[in-house]
Amino acid sequence: MSGDRDIAILGVGMHPWGKWGRNFVDYGVKAARDALTDAGIRWRDVQFVSGAATIRNGYPGQVAGATFAQALGWQGAQVNTSYAACASGSQALAAARSKILSGECEVALVVGADTTPKGFLKPAPGERPDDPDWVRFRLGITNPTYFALYARRRMEIYGDTQEDFARVKVKNAAHGFENPYARYRKQFTAADVAASAMVADPLRLMDICATSDGAAALIVCSVEYARKLGRGDAPRIAAISTVTPSFASELLEMPDIATDSAVACAPQSFRAALPRKAYEEAGIGPEDVNVAEVYDLSTALELDWIEDLQLCKRGEAAAMLREGITTLGGRLPVNPSGGLACFGEAVPAQALAQVCELTWQLRGQAGKRQVENARVGITANQGLFGHGSSVIVKR
Amino acid sequence: MSEPQIKPSTPVLEGWFTLDEAAPQLLGNRCSACGTYYFPKLKTGYCRNPDCEGEVFEEAPLSRSGTLWSFTSASYQPPEPYVASEPFQPFGIAAVELAHERMTVLGQLASGTDLRTLKAGMQMELVLEPLDDGKLTWKWKVAS
Repeated sequence: MSGDRDIAILGVGMHPWGKWGRNFVDYGVKAARDALTDAGIRWRDVQFVSGAATIRNGYPGQVAGATFAQALGWQGAQVNTSYAACASGSQALAAARSKILSGECEVALVVGADTTPKGFLKPAPGERPDDPDWVRFRLGITNPTYFALYARRRMEIYGDTQEDFARVKVKNAAHGFENPYARYRKQFTAADVAASAMVADPLRLMDICATSDGAAALIVCSVEYARKLGRGDAPRIAAISTVTPSFASELLEMPDIATDSAVACAPQSFRAALPRKAYEEAGIGPEDVNVAEVYDLSTALELDWIEDLQLCKRGEAAAMLREGITTLGGRLPVNPSGGLACFGEAVPAQALAQVCELTWQLRGQAGKRQVENARVGITANQGLFGHGSSVIVKR
Repeated sequence: MSEPQIKPSTPVLEGWFTLDEAAPQLLGNRCSACGTYYFPKLKTGYCRNPDCEGEVFEEAPLSRSGTLWSFTSASYQPPEPYVASEPFQPFGIAAVELAHERMTVLGQLASGTDLRTLKAGMQMELVLEPLDDGKLTWKWKVAS
């Protein structure tokens, strides 16, 4: 294993997910302060601030590393801002890792926070036929359209059912019920899911994640720095994959109206490529994974991710679910945090929240959500415009 | 309502498809060097195949038929810029694989298509139908 490329996770912190109606900076500072307390270091010890950004009204300026640094009290740290849609948090983390491994800093704060608008995520106004995001909304194609096409494809090819998708919701709701940071802490039954309104056949309202306010922060440092603090056993980041897709796209990707043409190049799955790079970087295989936090934008998408992470063969994720393998207490729990089903998506914070959960799991601090003897965890997420990430945490 | 009358032949996206009602085609383009198709048309002038330096593109009408990859419905009213009638009429959406171009293209399903009758792999063909606001778009219809 390539342990000399590891960094240590010294502290983690989150602001509870919800619809709080406050400025994202408030949430980010709370998460950062919690992470500092958890790490046992002072704010002035932080040498690098890496912020995960998003775009509001076409303007990314304020959702930035410097905004959080100012709110915490400007103290002259180096600063960075990363925008990568749903993978913004992972790219901000990758920037911190580069600084640490190059020796430019020893300890860094990585933070992401968001206040989300209500309802469907929608594009900026105006007549903009050159923007694929505008085009697809003009034709009535929303985010749930893509999730539903993938879900229906599973039904057609693998024989998955709507009851399987409901099982994912029931499982994740049970997991998140015990999570103080989750927005939705309520147990649901398959009947509850079946009774919710159809949004994009075969997916119902309860199959699709909401958007939320929330924040997550990490204090990461060199292994040497962690040792100096007597924390040499802290969980470590073993891999951060933020690769682009490879031409030609195999799947319809949001917000595109068509896949690439695979006339000249073989089609390739972006989702499958993300963890592949992470495994390669960590020198860890899917057989070593004890716990996974995946981007369940829809219930059915969790099943796709399980296969993309190579935790089972193609088409077998629903069987794993039915057997209880991915439920807490099973051999390989998926989304012990409750996942997006219980959180709702807070874009620039979400990839970091996944790492927070794995950190608690690997430290044995996850309380009633604890995955027994978790030593290796992996995250996966994908967002718009060729952004995605997969992070491996180990101890 | 005194909305301006939209001509029945006004396309929702100018130049994206032919207006031949009997046999409409999506209008893509194609790299002259490696043969890769693009829909919508690639306008940057540089082929996106990482191994191709092609900068010359020819207009390429796409196949009018393909096989159904997957399908869904829009049961909730989509946000703007979608223009919905009132009350909102749910509609279907299909992803259709074009064998020759080796690509999958999204579109609404022809009005009246019952999702329960669809199966992946069915033959689909391109038709023109108006959106709720009267502008013409391409849709996928089960081949007759």
